[in-house]
Amino acid sequence: MRILVIEDDAETADYLAKGLGESGFAVDRAADGREGLFLATSEKYDAMVIDRMLPGMDGLAIVQSLRAQSNATPVLILSALGQVDDRVRGLQAGGDDYLTKPYAFSELLARLQALLRRRAPDAAATTLKVGDLELDLLARTARRAGKPIDLLPREFRLLEFLMRHAGQVVTRTMLLERVWDYHFDPQTNVIDVHVSRLRQKIDKGFAPAMLHTVRGAGYRLSAEAA
Amino acid sequence: MSAPPAAAARMGPGRLVRTTAFRLAAVYGALFAVAVVALFGFLYWRTLTLIDAETDAAIASEIAGLAEQYRQHGMVGLVRTVTQRAAAQSDSALGGSNVYLLTRADFTPLAGNLKRWPAEARRTPAGIVFDLRGEEDSGVGMARARIFVLDGNFRLLVGRDLRQREKLRALVAEALGWGLAATVALGLLAGALVGRKLLKRVEAINRTGQRIVRGELKERVALTGAGDEFDRLAENLNAMLDQIERLMTGMREVTDNIAHDLRGPLTRMKARLELALLGHADPTQFRAAIEGAIAETDRLLATFNALLSIAEAESGAVHQTMQPVELGPLAADVAELYAPALEEKGLTLAIDIKPCPPVSGVRQLLFQAIANLLENAMKYTPQGGRVRIAVGAEGAGAALTVADDGPGIPAALRGRVLERYVRLDQARSTPGSGLGLSLVAAVAKLHGARLELGDNNPGLKVTLGFPPAPAAPQPKAKAAEPAPAS
Repeated sequence: MRILVIEDDAETADYLAKGLGESGFAVDRAADGREGLFLATSEKYDAMVIDRMLPGMDGLAIVQSLRAQSNATPVLILSALGQVDDRVRGLQAGGDDYLTKPYAFSELLARLQALLRRRAPDAAATTLKVGDLELDLLARTARRAGKPIDLLPREFRLLEFLMRHAGQVVTRTMLLERVWDYHFDPQTNVIDVHVSRLRQKIDKGFAPAMLHTVRGAGYRLSAEAA
Repeated sequence: MSAPPAAAARMGPGRLVRTTAFRLAAVYGALFAVAVVALFGFLYWRTLTLIDAETDAAIASEIAGLAEQYRQHGMVGLVRTVTQRAAAQSDSALGGSNVYLLTRADFTPLAGNLKRWPAEARRTPAGIVFDLRGEEDSGVGMARARIFVLDGNFRLLVGRDLRQREKLRALVAEALGWGLAATVALGLLAGALVGRKLLKRVEAINRTGQRIVRGELKERVALTGAGDEFDRLAENLNAMLDQIERLMTGMREVTDNIAHDLRGPLTRMKARLELALLGHADPTQFRAAIEGAIAETDRLLATFNALLSIAEAESGAVHQTMQPVELGPLAADVAELYAPALEEKGLTLAIDIKPCPPVSGVRQLLFQAIANLLENAMKYTPQGGRVRIAVGAEGAGAALTVADDGPGIPAALRGRVLERYVRLDQARSTPGSGLGLSLVAAVAKLHGARLELGDNNPGLKVTLGFPPAPAAPQPKAKAAEPAPAS
C-alpha cells in the first residue's frame, strides 16, 4: 500500500512517515503543495494524507484539483482548523475524511485504514459475515452461530460499522461520527457503555470473544481471539 | 500620516482649510458669488438700457420741437430757438442737460452750447443716434447725439449729456464690487467658523482615540449632550470601545485560565518524564512513565478542545452555518447516546418530547451543549436518582429542560457556575474540566437563547429557551409550505 504524505512541517512528516512505515505502508513525502500535486498526479497511490495549510498551494486546492481530474484516491485532510465550517469545507472540497490537529497517531491510522477499506467493493452486499457472526442488512437481523441476536436499531448500526471494518481499529470519535452522526468530545465514557452492551449481546455465551478493546486507541472486531 | 500625533492635533489654519466643512463653505461661497454677479450684472444692464431709452426719447422729443420751429419760422426761428434752449441749459456741467449745435455747411457754429462741431460727428452720417465721446475743447463731456442735415447744408446736432448715466454706471459697478467682496468674505468667514466648530468636535474624538492607542483603554469620547450626529457617533464609538474592552478582558481571562489549567498538568508530565530518566533503565518503568504522560496529554487535549469549542461558540463565527434544527429529535439522539451510561450509574432517564417549532442553530454545538448538561446531571446526581430531559414549545419558540434530583446549586451560586473553571467545593473531587456549563452558556448566547438555572425541588433544573427561528430565508426548511402557484 502506497501512501502520499503532503505536510510542510518536517517533524510531523517524519513522525507520520515513521509511524506509517512501521504499520506496513510505503510512504512518499512532499513538503509543499506544488510538489505534492505533481506526485499525486504522476504516481499511483492508495491513499493520501494532505495538510490543509501548505506553502505554495492550499491543501484544499490540491484535493479540488485532483477531483477535477477524476482522481478518486482517498484523501485524509489534516488541519489545525477544527471548527464546524472548516470541516464542512474540507469535505466539500472532496476530502474523504478530516482530522483536526492535535490528533493521536492511532486515530490517524484507524481512519486511514477505514478509507482504504472503503474502496473495497462490498457496498452492494446484503449480508456481512465475520467468523460465525452474520448480519442481514435487508432484514435487519443478526445471528451468531445460527442463534438470533436481538439488537436495538443503534446497536445494529454500531455492529454494522464494526463488521464493515472488521480486523481494523476503530476509534471512539469515528464511532460517534459514523454511527451517531455527531462530531463532538464526550467528557465521559458514553461510547464504551454502548460497546460493552453490544459485547454482552454478541460475545456472551459464545467463543471466542470477537469485540476487542484496543488500549489507547479504540475497538476492533475480529473472528480471532486477541 | 508622518506628522506626530501632537502636531496633528493642533488646529493650524492650513488644517482648517483642509476640513470638509470649510471646503463646503468655500464651494457654496463661490456659487453664491456667481449668483450675485449674475443678478447685479442683469440689474446693471437693465438700468443702462432704460437710461439709454429715456435719453433717446428725450432727444427725439427735442428734435420734434426743433423741427416744428424750423417748419414754421425757417432757419431764423430755428437759430432763435436753439439759442434760447442752449441758454436754458445754462450750466452744462450739471448732468442731464441737453446739447445743441447748429452750423453752416463748413461747420462754423451758428448757435448752440457746443463751442465747435466734434471731430467724431463729422464722420457720422445723419439720422443716426450715436455716443459722442468728450473732447476738452468742444465743451461737452460724454453725450448721446443725433445729427440732421438741413437745406443749404446747415447741420444740426441734438444730444443729451451722459455724465449722469456715467455716474450711475460707476455707482452700480462699485456697489456690485463691494457686494461681491462682502459675499465672498462672509462665505469664507462662515465656512471657517462652522469648520472650526466641527473640527473641534472631531478633534476631541481623535484625541480620545490617540489616548486609547497610547494605552489609556478606559478613555471614552465625551458627549456634549446635544444629542446630535456627533453625540450619536460618540455613543457608538463608546459602545464599540466597551465591547472591545470586554472582549480583551475575556481574552486575558482565557489566557490566564489556560495558563493556570495547562501549567499544572504540563509540570506534572515533565516531572514524571524526568524522574523516569533519572531512574534505572527499567523498560516497565519507562513504559509506565510514557503511558502516564500520554494520559496527561489526553486530559490536556480535552481541556484544550473544550476551550476551543467555547471560543468558537463565543466568537459567533459560525453564524453563517445556522440552520433550522428540530430540538426534539436532537434531544432524543443525545438521550439515546447517554441512556446506557446513565443506567450504568444507577440513574433513570425520563424523556418527554412534545412538538415544538424548529430553532435556528448549529446542530453540532447544540448537541454538545445538551450532552454537557446530561453529563453534568450524570456526574452530580447520586445513585438511584432521576434525570429528566424535556422539549416543548415556549411562546413562539422552543424550550429544552434537563432536570435532576441531585444536590442542585444554591441560588446564590447559580451565576458563578456559568463562568469558566468554576467548580463548587463539593465538586472538587469529581473529574472534569469545569468548562461544561460555560460551553452551554456560550452556545446559548450564540443562539440568542435564555439559559436559566432553576430549582427542581430538590435538584437542578436547567432550561434553554430558544427564540423562534427567523421565518425569512429558510430554503431548506421542510416546514416552509410551497407558495401557491403563480
